Amino acid sequence: MSVIVLIPLAAVTVKAVSSGLGTFWSSVTNSFAVSTLEVTLGTSVLVAAISAVMGTLVAWVLVRDEFPGKRFINALIDLPFALPTIVAGLTLITLYGPNSPFGLHLAYAWAGVLVALLFVSLPFVVRSVQPVLIELDREVEEAAASLGASNLTTLRRIVLPSLRPAILSGTALAFARCMGEYGSVVLIAAKVKIASLVIFADIENGAPQAAASLSVVLLLIAVLVLFALRRWGDRGAR
Amino acid sequence: MRVSRRARLSLRGIALLYLLILLLLPVGAVFIRTFEHGFSTAWSWITTPAAVSAFWLSVVIALIAVPLNTIFGVGTALLLARSKVRGRKLLNSLIDLPFVVSPVIVGLALVLVYGQGGWFGSWLLKHGIMIIYAPAGMVIATVFVSLPFVVREVAPVLLEAGDEQEQAAATLGASSWQTFWRVTLPSIRWGVAYGVVLTTARALGEIGAVAVVSSNVAGSTLTLPLLVQQRASQIGAGQITGAYAAATELAVMSLIVLLAMTVLGPRRAR
Repeated sequence: MSVIVLIPLAAVTVKAVSSGLGTFWSSVTNSFAVSTLEVTLGTSVLVAAISAVMGTLVAWVLVRDEFPGKRFINALIDLPFALPTIVAGLTLITLYGPNSPFGLHLAYAWAGVLVALLFVSLPFVVRSVQPVLIELDREVEEAAASLGASNLTTLRRIVLPSLRPAILSGTALAFARCMGEYGSVVLIAAKVKIASLVIFADIENGAPQAAASLSVVLLLIAVLVLFALRRWGDRGAR
Repeated sequence: MRVSRRARLSLRGIALLYLLILLLLPVGAVFIRTFEHGFSTAWSWITTPAAVSAFWLSVVIALIAVPLNTIFGVGTALLLARSKVRGRKLLNSLIDLPFVVSPVIVGLALVLVYGQGGWFGSWLLKHGIMIIYAPAGMVIATVFVSLPFVVREVAPVLLEAGDEQEQAAATLGASSWQTFWRVTLPSIRWGVAYGVVLTTARALGEIGAVAVVSSNVAGSTLTLPLLVQQRASQIGAGQITGAYAAATELAVMSLIVLLAMTVLGPRRAR
């Protein structure tokens, strides 16, 4: 475990500060690095937020609704986990690229990246909310309704609070995935500054120190997400 | 919560529309594009020497990475669920690291350790061992990114099952090895199977980490996902059809994985 995971990650950190802290600082605070981080963070937050809402909605429909083909749809949710990300990227180019059958031109622009990230992060929230929703005691909801609570009140006061840990941990995983995504956006992003692509370009251009510096910032964010997950996970387990 | 019929139908509509636009349409489009010039054209793209070698490289990498991660995963899950070792909590957090770290960073890290000028680089060079820009590095990268799946599937099952049966086996005189094979393993088998399926999916589809440590030479260090990327970014007659063909090949493999997930998923929950 430590040989495979920790030593290499330590090497990245060492490389980042190998020419002194000053160099590290200037490679993460120059305007290109800052705008890269801004674009990546902003997009990831937006995608995580949309995923949280749509994922919860989809989970609700899959648990509480009955319709023909539900099992098929349920199996379909895992598709982004099973499908190699490069295939996902290619599919999105096909649909929204220059030869789009709908005349939509999202490829090589930020909107295309957004769609790609929504695709790969879809299952996280659905799959974390679904089991909790199945276990949820419906009697409490019925009690609330019989005491005169409207649907909205029940949703806000009863359902959402019990789902919150699951929604949060699913969203955190989706966010982390977006921050580091490479395969699905590599074909569609072009000049959009997504951190993974910038790091990759730095490596190819023989600038490992710049690549390592940006990586350290991403690593810090990843570790923060990990700690957040642990806290929500523990609360969810209680 | 009793929802009116109209609200329920509209929620269902929104959910299905979202899934249709995001999932079904794109995947369907790739199948159509693959076969738009006929089945034989698609087949010839899949059977070029580069494509065949990419297919086998992907399979071989998965065949090495998946068993390694399965053994490691079951061992770690046992450690997390059954022992009281110090640092267990830290290990529990660290296990998820590959899920939240960008695969490109994983690749970079491996280059910095095993590559030319890296920590072990000169030693490896002296002994003539190639890791970076060679299949060995691609295997290590794949092991890294697919590390947590088995642990995360097996550990909860172990906790859920408790250790009473194992203790009973021990009192009846079973060795710890016997206990593992006869008691523990049967109780976690669906969890292991599901974890293996997830690991396989990730191993076959990984591109970010592998791309950094691959030399991108067709026929030797090109996996199927890398081949798709290479063909898709090349401009030339039919190259894009080749990309679609290789993508369909991958999609069919992931469809098999998806089927396995659907079959194993509910069993694991029991």
